[in-house]
Amino acid sequence: MSESHNDAIHALSGAYAVDALHDEERQAFEQHLQRCAECQEEVTSLREAAALLALPEEVPPPAGLRDAVLAAAAQVRPLPPEVDQPAPRAETRPTPESATVVPFRRRLQTLGSRSRLALVAAAAVVVTAAGVGITQPWEPDTATYTATERVLEAPDAASVSQSFPDGSSATVTRSPSQGKAVLETHDMDQPPSGHVFQLWLMDDEGTARPAGTMGSGGDHEMVLDGDAAEATAVGITVEPEGGSEQPTTEPIAMFDLGEAPA
Amino acid sequence: MTHLRATAPGSPEGESGAVSDTSEPAALLQRCGRGDEAAFAALYDATSPRVFGLVLRVVRDRNQAEEVTQEVFLEVWRHSARYDAARGSAISWLLTIAHRRAVDRVRSAEASTARDTTYHQQTQVPDHDSTAEAAHASLEAHRVRQAVQSLTEVQREALELAYFSGYTHTEVAALLDLPLGTAKTRIRDGLIRLRDTMGVGQ
Ligand SMILES: [Zn+2]
Repeated sequence: MSESHNDAIHALSGAYAVDALHDEERQAFEQHLQRCAECQEEVTSLREAAALLALPEEVPPPAGLRDAVLAAAAQVRPLPPEVDQPAPRAETRPTPESATVVPFRRRLQTLGSRSRLALVAAAAVVVTAAGVGITQPWEPDTATYTATERVLEAPDAASVSQSFPDGSSATVTRSPSQGKAVLETHDMDQPPSGHVFQLWLMDDEGTARPAGTMGSGGDHEMVLDGDAAEATAVGITVEPEGGSEQPTTEPIAMFDLGEAPA
Repeated sequence: MTHLRATAPGSPEGESGAVSDTSEPAALLQRCGRGDEAAFAALYDATSPRVFGLVLRVVRDRNQAEEVTQEVFLEVWRHSARYDAARGSAISWLLTIAHRRAVDRVRSAEASTARDTTYHQQTQVPDHDSTAEAAHASLEAHRVRQAVQSLTEVQREALELAYFSGYTHTEVAALLDLPLGTAKTRIRDGLIRLRDTMGVGQ
């Protein structure tokens, strides 16, 4: 696997280009790819060839799908470009739309009530299944990623977004394989003075486990404390500074992870 | 290096830089990376028939194909700033994502239910008349079909079983009664021949 410059591993390039390798072979070949410029070039060219096969297969998708895709994209920020230094994230954010968006083929089960705070009023709730997969396998190893990126980049990551009439929005992305969830907020209001936003991991019995606090509004990206693999939802409440053991107020936002593809 | 066009033949051809024409998928992707939703809509319009057609061919079920297509475009949007034109055309990048997701869907569906290919074949084969109809519109598609026909029978079968049916190379070997380990060579040979016939990728 390591220094193989033998023909056997090179010969996997074609099967790799059309996703016809078994998991172990695939991993071995991806390791090889990071070092073998020849195979990188060949895989690139064979993927161009494979892409041709799809050309005679074109079928227009239903019109509703377009609306759903565009609406969902409006709720998710593209990842920053890969650079050696930390990326200037703020500049790559699209502005989330606050309009109501209809989820496509996904039912949202609203858990808990939301309320009072102008921040979150009832309205627009969007569920997007934004799984993320690695597509350029010879990119840097995931070990070099930040904790946040490891979750956002995991092949099984799925996102649930909510946007609110005041223009703020928040997205929870959970990766079962990483056992972690990430909250990204955009333009959130400040919590009332002497209070913080507290995050909760909910399980299917309705138990809430504390998962960290946010002392301010605005734009944030944070990894939730605790194991999120089995969580069925993520909630946000307003709690006294320092946080609480159990939620003491009604959630201002609830992200149902149940419908996200595992 | 020649770039595949996502647009139908007949649209303006500009040979050289991939990102020079602002309606090129590569240029649209670049704008998506900056959060440009209009560019994303244009990218969707230019490429969704190709993506949806491929996904439908692989997963066979229309509802699932719609779900997978939505996932694909969200992944494309999310990763748009990381697309690197030096590593292939935008359409190939997109279809790589689409194919991977479609194959994952088929394999995980089979892992969770008993494998029953008879049911699959009898009930979920896509409507070939309608896909063929769309295909006839395109001269480029015609060239592709010709190129595929020029492969040896075993190359073509191995490639189609892998690409359109989502089988692994060992499954392909079993299906075609090939000695173990040779299907991957047939797949590679077929792709190389297709690449060279169509003059893409190098
Ligand atoms: Zn190699």
